[in-house]
Amino acid sequence: MSDSADTPTEESFEPTEPNTGEEFEPVQVFPDEETMDLRPGADSCTKCSTCDTNCPVAEVDDEFPGPKFQGPEQWRLKQTDDGDEFAIDDSIMDCSNCMRCDDACPSGVPLSQMHNEARGEYVDEQMSKLSTEYWRNRILANYRTSAWLASKVPRIANVAMNFGPARWVMEKTLGVTSEREFPAFATETFSEWWAAQGGAAGSRERAREARERRGEPLDADKKVAYFHGCYSEYNTPEVARALVRVYEHFGYEIVVPEQGCSGTPMFANGMLDDARRHAEVNVSSMADLVEEGYDAIASCTSCSLALRQEYPELFDIDGIEDVAENTFESIEYLRIHEDVRGALQDAEIGDELAEEFAYHAPCHARNQGLERQAVELFRDLDGVAVEDVGDSCSGISGTYGWKDEKYEKSMAIGEEMFDHMEDAESTTGMTECPTCSMQMEHGTGYDIRHPIELVAAALVE
Amino acid sequence: MAIDSEVLVVGGGLAGVTSAVAAARAGADVRLVSYKQSSLRQASGLIDVLGYVGDEVVVDPYDAIPELHEDHPYRLVGVETVRDAMALFDETVDGYHGDHTETNALLPTHGGTVKPTARYPAGAAEGVASDDRDTLLVGFERLVDFDAPLAASHVEAAGAPFSADGVTITFPGDLQADAKVTRYAKLLDQNSPVAVDGRKVDTRSALAQRVASHLDGHERVGFPAVLGDDHTDAVRATLAEELGVAVFEVPMGPPSLPGLRLEDRLFEALDRSGARYEVGNPVVDYEGEDRIERVVVERNGSRVPYSADQYVLATGGLVSKGVESDREGVREPIFDCHVPHPGDRYDWFEDGVFDDHAFARFGVDVGSDLRPRGASGSVEFENLRAAGATIGGYDFAAEKSGSGVSIATGYAAGRAATEDLT
Repeated sequence: MSDSADTPTEESFEPTEPNTGEEFEPVQVFPDEETMDLRPGADSCTKCSTCDTNCPVAEVDDEFPGPKFQGPEQWRLKQTDDGDEFAIDDSIMDCSNCMRCDDACPSGVPLSQMHNEARGEYVDEQMSKLSTEYWRNRILANYRTSAWLASKVPRIANVAMNFGPARWVMEKTLGVTSEREFPAFATETFSEWWAAQGGAAGSRERAREARERRGEPLDADKKVAYFHGCYSEYNTPEVARALVRVYEHFGYEIVVPEQGCSGTPMFANGMLDDARRHAEVNVSSMADLVEEGYDAIASCTSCSLALRQEYPELFDIDGIEDVAENTFESIEYLRIHEDVRGALQDAEIGDELAEEFAYHAPCHARNQGLERQAVELFRDLDGVAVEDVGDSCSGISGTYGWKDEKYEKSMAIGEEMFDHMEDAESTTGMTECPTCSMQMEHGTGYDIRHPIELVAAALVE
Repeated sequence: MAIDSEVLVVGGGLAGVTSAVAAARAGADVRLVSYKQSSLRQASGLIDVLGYVGDEVVVDPYDAIPELHEDHPYRLVGVETVRDAMALFDETVDGYHGDHTETNALLPTHGGTVKPTARYPAGAAEGVASDDRDTLLVGFERLVDFDAPLAASHVEAAGAPFSADGVTITFPGDLQADAKVTRYAKLLDQNSPVAVDGRKVDTRSALAQRVASHLDGHERVGFPAVLGDDHTDAVRATLAEELGVAVFEVPMGPPSLPGLRLEDRLFEALDRSGARYEVGNPVVDYEGEDRIERVVVERNGSRVPYSADQYVLATGGLVSKGVESDREGVREPIFDCHVPHPGDRYDWFEDGVFDDHAFARFGVDVGSDLRPRGASGSVEFENLRAAGATIGGYDFAAEKSGSGVSIATGYAAGRAATEDLT
């Protein structure tokens, strides 16, 4: 070890306390080392293996060594003077980035940060940039680009993307499983709809009307910046539209700033440079708004988790901490600031949404402590019932379940959820996560809705 | 605005869940917030009330409680409350045995010791040590936490009224050396086909076949506690049927499936009681003077206020970080409640591992109302009560009283909080 390895880290990290992220400042202690020093985190690991019991991949895959190995153990193994000798283990690519291990660790070891770092290093240094795997992963991770293209010709794309012979070719040449159906592209993107509604100016007007109706001061400080994410933009704009209606109903002015992908699929594929490019765009637009008093909200729980946790863990971008501290999931934010519970108690649901829902909490919602939110919120709403279908992972984990070699594993993980859904009273599913919703639909044939759609149906329509 | 409830319970272990269930059943609008998954995941899943007083094994915990010192949590809440609390546990948590008698059962553990306990999972029931059926313990080659031959010889040496043998087999399917306990459980739950001599055989049958040749007249077989997670009864039933003898699980060390299953059962009971809960974020701060007005939950960097009329502190002891210590002293980190401890750090512990250490009793000081008290003996906050291992003054590891104290004080705190609602 070099002299700089003696740099004290104790000041920034209290190993006996859970690391809530606030005090933890990564510092460089190894010479010429570009990645972060995760030693304090690795030192906090007591090998209790709680993370391993939470890992959905280790549960079905005998070859996968589990989060304890991927994180603290691997991190230690590769800290040598001659770093090249100890390459990152291939199995890091089998981690699906569900991040359940983070939530599980009683000692605050930053496991998913370690996994993201290791995966990034593996892809940068060990994966051939000429391999099909690399390009397949890159295409999947950059879903926004394909979706943007497809959204220009949504009807053609919907047919072409699920055209049998084309899918066969994609599977054989790229390793994208042909078992799944590509999600449909909306004929009108959320942005197109938003522009037609008059954008921010239109929203301000509608928010003022709502405040007047609610008897609130017209100049109330109620403004949010909406991070809609790729999926509500291109595939399910109905979720984004429901969010707009609900927020304006409560008197909030909405702005929709310039934004890229949250980076979630890129983190999961070790494409940290791609993720950083998008993060820079997102942080820069959100940071300016936060400074002006806006809070950031997201309807996709992986997007809000990326902004809240992965950004500050992985990147050093101006304003990143402010954005992280002021980002919320869309219903969570309303629960903090408005009496949603009271409003829903007085409401009821008619027509097609009056039924029972089989609710699955996405892993990334779980990580924000939001896994019970929907169940709790709709408990007192007349006309609907929400049944939690258990705590297993859905198994798709974004791009993971789209890979030919991971498909079976993804379905094995999801089996528990499918069983619980089949046992439930309902035939409609509910979740906050777009890819969990794909998996739920794929595994059971159920229609899947987002909780914000139900809030909109109860309170606005 | 803040996220609002009548009773807010901080902590999601046995004490926290029991107090939330007790309060909800008494009619309060309850919310429970818990930072991490509870330390139950590291526990055996057995529910002890009182196993030892001094060096003496306790036969009937309720008889022995009056022998405890008068500041012991059991004495503070009273024997009748302990009984009522255990009745609540029996009523709300499925899948446990032992409520047919007030006396302790004796259960073999994975180390081969025999432990006095009050309640045990249904899966362990056929293994009770007071039963005289000859026993075969089965270990798996790569599951190193359970050495079946060694455990069997320990059980015999402990004077069990039956003969015990142990055998180590390879789990069918030839799992990796470091396979997780959840991997065994999942294979058995789903009864997935595994490769045996080039053929695919259902996991449960394959396992039974491997054990059958070692049966040799034994009347019951004990496995390490990895027999499924969601479908444990079915897994055990299939094995018992194929082997033609009774089958039980031996509680294991961490990470522990019986502990994990107990955590699931508790949260199901909580859900049924109508209480709300959320897990994953810490309570980091509070606002208020003599009365707590609200607490602050930190969610991935954002600070979210939670308000309530009454609060229950059930964050656990030193292991669960509900009580913290460093070179300067010992403290309760959320409300900064007073934790009595010797000023000189060398008086916190004794030299021998099993000596009577002061640190084993660290925790907040409460009176019979379970309200934490300051150094002067005055109540710290009028609307805060403590429950479980956060309370000091007793040595649960030596007494084998951890679960019982959590259930009893949790129940008492939850009921009292509800009675005090303004």
